[in-house]
Amino acid sequence: MTDQSALARPAAQTPPQVNWFSRKIHKSETFRAYAVLSPALLFLGFAILIPFAILVVLSFWTPVGFDFNREFTLKNYRDIMERPIYGTLLWRSLWISTMATVFTVLLCYPMAYYVAFHVHRNKMVWIVLMTLPFWTSYLLRVFAWKVVLGYEGVINSGLIWVGWIEEPLKFLLYSPSAVIITLAHAWAAFAILPLYVSLEKIDKSLLEAATDLGDGPMRRFFRITLPLSLPGVISASILIFIPTTGDYITPALLGGPNGMMIGNLIQMQFGPTNNWPMGAALAIVLMLTIAAICAAFILITFFVRKRIT
Amino acid sequence: MSDDSYISIQNVQKYFGSFCAIENISMDIAHGEFFSLLGASGCGKTTLLRMLAGFESPTKGEIFIDNQPMSDVPPHYRPVNMVFQSYAIFPHLNVHDNIAYGLRKRKLPKAKVTEMVDEMLNLISLPDYGNRKANELSGGQRQRIALARALILRPKVLLLDEPLGALDKQLREQMQLELRQLQRTVGITFVFVTHDQEEAMTLSDRIAVMADGEVMQLDTPIGLYERPVNRKVASFIGTMNFFDGVVADEAGETLKIEAQGLGPITAPANPSNKAGFYKGDKVQVAIRPEKLVLSAQKPDAAFAASGRVQNMAYLGERSHYLIEMDGLDKHVAVSSQNLVPGASLFEMGSDVWINWQSDAVVVLERN
Ligand SMILES: Nc1ncnc2c1ncn2[C@@H]1O[C@H](COP(=O)(O)OP(=O)(O)OP(=O)(O)O)[C@@H](O)[C@H]1O
Ligand SMILES: [Mg+2]
Repeated sequence: MTDQSALARPAAQTPPQVNWFSRKIHKSETFRAYAVLSPALLFLGFAILIPFAILVVLSFWTPVGFDFNREFTLKNYRDIMERPIYGTLLWRSLWISTMATVFTVLLCYPMAYYVAFHVHRNKMVWIVLMTLPFWTSYLLRVFAWKVVLGYEGVINSGLIWVGWIEEPLKFLLYSPSAVIITLAHAWAAFAILPLYVSLEKIDKSLLEAATDLGDGPMRRFFRITLPLSLPGVISASILIFIPTTGDYITPALLGGPNGMMIGNLIQMQFGPTNNWPMGAALAIVLMLTIAAICAAFILITFFVRKRIT
Repeated sequence: MSDDSYISIQNVQKYFGSFCAIENISMDIAHGEFFSLLGASGCGKTTLLRMLAGFESPTKGEIFIDNQPMSDVPPHYRPVNMVFQSYAIFPHLNVHDNIAYGLRKRKLPKAKVTEMVDEMLNLISLPDYGNRKANELSGGQRQRIALARALILRPKVLLLDEPLGALDKQLREQMQLELRQLQRTVGITFVFVTHDQEEAMTLSDRIAVMADGEVMQLDTPIGLYERPVNRKVASFIGTMNFFDGVVADEAGETLKIEAQGLGPITAPANPSNKAGFYKGDKVQVAIRPEKLVLSAQKPDAAFAASGRVQNMAYLGERSHYLIEMDGLDKHVAVSSQNLVPGASLFEMGSDVWINWQSDAVVVLERN
């Protein structure tokens, strides 16, 4: 009885008339995904692609007074290749932000690990407290470090008072190390959150299983915890590396002559020097470099993960 | 601690905060024994197993394995391996690497490892699955891989937390056979957690029946079935008919009991019940369905009672007649195989007699 009626139903009922759009929506997974994504895609299109296109076009022009010579030329890129100042600054920027990224991730990983595995109550409170430095404005944080690292700053006067040093440590302020320290602190929140999420997601029974199969704490960390938290490490690293490479506020305030970065140069091109095409070309070179480094970084981490597990 | 005991659990207690998960358990498990922990959900089976593996430490008491006290031995140095209830398959490794995980320490040549893993994959009926990712597996497949991952290390003790729970009947029976065979040939001591009484009965040398963090009875499958110590154990394993009764007289090895619905009967004083019963004690009389014999006429037996066939319960390979009896508000189940030879099937509603032997009766405390 029931079987028959179930079989008969589709034939007896005419399929309801639905319009093309809702039929598509119900049938096609891809279509549905794009429908959901479309507001974001539209926004991205306008807010990223168009400025980017303008930047690309601009980079092939040259400045003439306050206007542009719209003739296509590779002169800007050639200059970047040939004049050592650009390469030096680019190289230094990458180095500084790599160091800042490494320090931040190394500092934040234990904190995130602690909260994920050893805090059982009020985890959210801990996380919010760790992102506290992020609650003040970026500029304030930079100035705070200026106070801490300055010649008469907290560290130097403290060390002098204790008697460990006679002269203030010069390398603390107006140097690449000042920039690295400040960047690492300023961007910590960006590292803690993805690291915490990826560590928190790890099923505790996996750790027990690894222990049960004979791994001590260290071996277990490298074979299970680290590989499983790798997505967090990668996103934390990229989240810090990308913005710090192009940062210009911190190097401008704390970097001194040796701490200048490519971001300062780009800012100058669009500002005082008034060479927008050169600034655009620099920005594009910087972006491509970052993209290449990130791709290489992701590939290498996955390769390493394969090897160590 | 008895001489051949390999694992000795002595007065172990476990509190989670103020909640008592294990209440003073002592037992010995022999070398090469297939030992099962049987009990309802939440009775502390996993907790006890985790204490053996070293993931929880007893609040009180001590666990010995191979005569070594285990309280200061971390999990990765214990001669035990565990198959987790949640499988705990490493998601970033493929099946081969999961199974080979524990071999890393032994520094075997790669070919040897592959050979051992392939052997294991055959054993769990998943050949050619070595390259599968962990997230491409069904629950039952994960479970078998978790089993293989522990078995490949040939531990002295294998702790299994419901390792066959997600398998269908056929595969389950096949794996049970494999496990039993493996356990016999390799001589691994198995501590096997299950809430499936049938599984525990078919596999185990001995079973500890647990409830609320306590061991109610520790016995062989036959012992549990034939001589349950209380109503919980009796009803947990197989079907059991219960009758209220009062001890009318005690005379050495036998008890005279006035049982509701059955009349005056005699029963052996339950040897596994140390308490003993005395005249006037309120007791519970228990008889298994297959120990009851049905007949149409009043049988020529020492103990018999009459009733009506009320229904038939079909249970697959066996069936139970449900007999209604005067003075009882519950049915009495009788195995349908146990007809007097030559008797035909009974009609619903027909008057019948049941009879039994005195030694079929188990006397339990009433609470
Ligand atoms: N870490 C813990 N903290 C607090 N209580 C716990 C903890 N682990 C287990 N319990 C409690 O201890 C009791 C026994 O748990 P256990 O996991 O041993 O049960 P089980 O017999 O394995 O049950 P199941 O058959 O459902 O797996 C349960 O009531 C459980 O709530
Ligand atoms: Mg359990």
